[in-house]
Amino acid sequence: MNMSSTQQEHQAAPAAAKSAEETFEPKILAFCCNWCSYAGADLAGVSRLQMPTNFLVLRSMCSARVDPEFVLRAFAKGADGVLVLGCHPADCHYIGGNYRARRRIALLKMLLEQYGLDPDRLQLEWVSASEGVKFQSTITDFIEKIREMGPNPLKEAEGEDPRGINASHH
Amino acid sequence: MAKVKIAQYWGAGCGGCDVALLDIDEKILGVAEMADIAFWPIAVDTKLKDVEAMPDKSITLTLYNGAVRNSENEHVAKLLRQKSAIMVSFGSCACFGGIPGLANVTNKKDLQDYVYNTTFSTVNPNRTRPLPKYQAPEGELTLPVMYDTVLTLEDVVDVDYYMPGCPPTTEQINQFLDIVEKHVKEGAPLPPKGAVIASEKTLCDECGRTKEVTTIEKINMPYEIDIDPKKCMLEQGVICLGPATRAGCGAKCLDANQPCRGCMGPTAAVLDQGGSMLSALASIFRTADNETQLSEDDILELMTQIKDPLGTFYAFTMPKSIIKRKVKEKKAGVKQ
Repeated sequence: MNMSSTQQEHQAAPAAAKSAEETFEPKILAFCCNWCSYAGADLAGVSRLQMPTNFLVLRSMCSARVDPEFVLRAFAKGADGVLVLGCHPADCHYIGGNYRARRRIALLKMLLEQYGLDPDRLQLEWVSASEGVKFQSTITDFIEKIREMGPNPLKEAEGEDPRGINASHH
Repeated sequence: MAKVKIAQYWGAGCGGCDVALLDIDEKILGVAEMADIAFWPIAVDTKLKDVEAMPDKSITLTLYNGAVRNSENEHVAKLLRQKSAIMVSFGSCACFGGIPGLANVTNKKDLQDYVYNTTFSTVNPNRTRPLPKYQAPEGELTLPVMYDTVLTLEDVVDVDYYMPGCPPTTEQINQFLDIVEKHVKEGAPLPPKGAVIASEKTLCDECGRTKEVTTIEKINMPYEIDIDPKKCMLEQGVICLGPATRAGCGAKCLDANQPCRGCMGPTAAVLDQGGSMLSALASIFRTADNETQLSEDDILELMTQIKDPLGTFYAFTMPKSIIKRKVKEKKAGVKQ
């Protein structure tokens, strides 16, 4: 998985007249639990539901398998938004994995806010194996929301000298 | 017989690491026998120009404590790296940024505005700020340049060994000094480069408290309850960073009935201590009987019992965390 902005810049190059903001295409990472949401994504696919393509799906065995470190790394490596999709409450294949996940994601959103990131860049949603349409709408709405928000600020901070000796920012 | 030459430098830290080196009991007498002190600003009068005059790699061992926060810290780190055979990142600040690293929630400008203007007792109408250079009648005066972001030692120089701890314990220091002495005098092998002078396990492994694999409903501040000295802190609702923290300190804080705050940094298997702790703490909350009826807002309310996740989970490791420092969203109106 290459989350660098190189590919995006290449695509955006011919439209040089447009500002960076207009050509901004969010990069989204969607963690899907193996038992419900990944099957939901599959259903959306075989049903030929239309949705934007700028997201990557990572299958995990459970939404609780999504270590907070995975999400932090996704943002540090340039993801503009991260979705965690799991089984509806009471439907977890492992009885209570989704309950763990929702507690972690709530706390992780508090942490992201303290780091200065918009906590809405991370979203938890329940998508069952029969909800291809919900997968489609979740992805579409989330990508639109992130497009409004603009690029992940960590991407820009990456190029700056952390010493800030000659910086005029902030 | 070859003598070990030791240097110690105090970067952005509190000085506790310097004291820790003095605090190695009767062993300190042996240190004078075994080693010459090449440079140690708190204890001997060697100047930087004396260090500059030393041949490269002539210092056996540099114990660098403190984070890298200004141009002087970085300059001395690079100079000592050049002059030393072994460079040790000594203490939590050098390894992970430590408590001074929490300054990464702000930046140089905001911090200086606060200190030199905003505080209630400050009167500074000309908005005077410290200048790196000032032309006084007697000549030019200089000050090191403060950095925007707190860095760790390995951000600026190549580090051979890491000795975390706030400060490293007597046992860690003695163990390592013995290894270096044997290496110099008998040619015994050194640990592999990059080794951490501590344990590979988590603190819970060293902690003597009993764990019953229970869950909690509520976070308790240590002063709110009578902490049972025999039972696991977390199971009593007290936030203890043990599950996310490297062992090697002997669980001294736990012995004193205080929860672990995580000064030994992340365990060998993970990058982000805060992420591990967040995961562990969120998981110990009891699943409610009416769990299916709870909204995400109810869950958020449950988790807001944890008042300051960043300051709690990254008390010692923010500059070495995955995200490293606070950033700013560009768009106005974006929630901050």
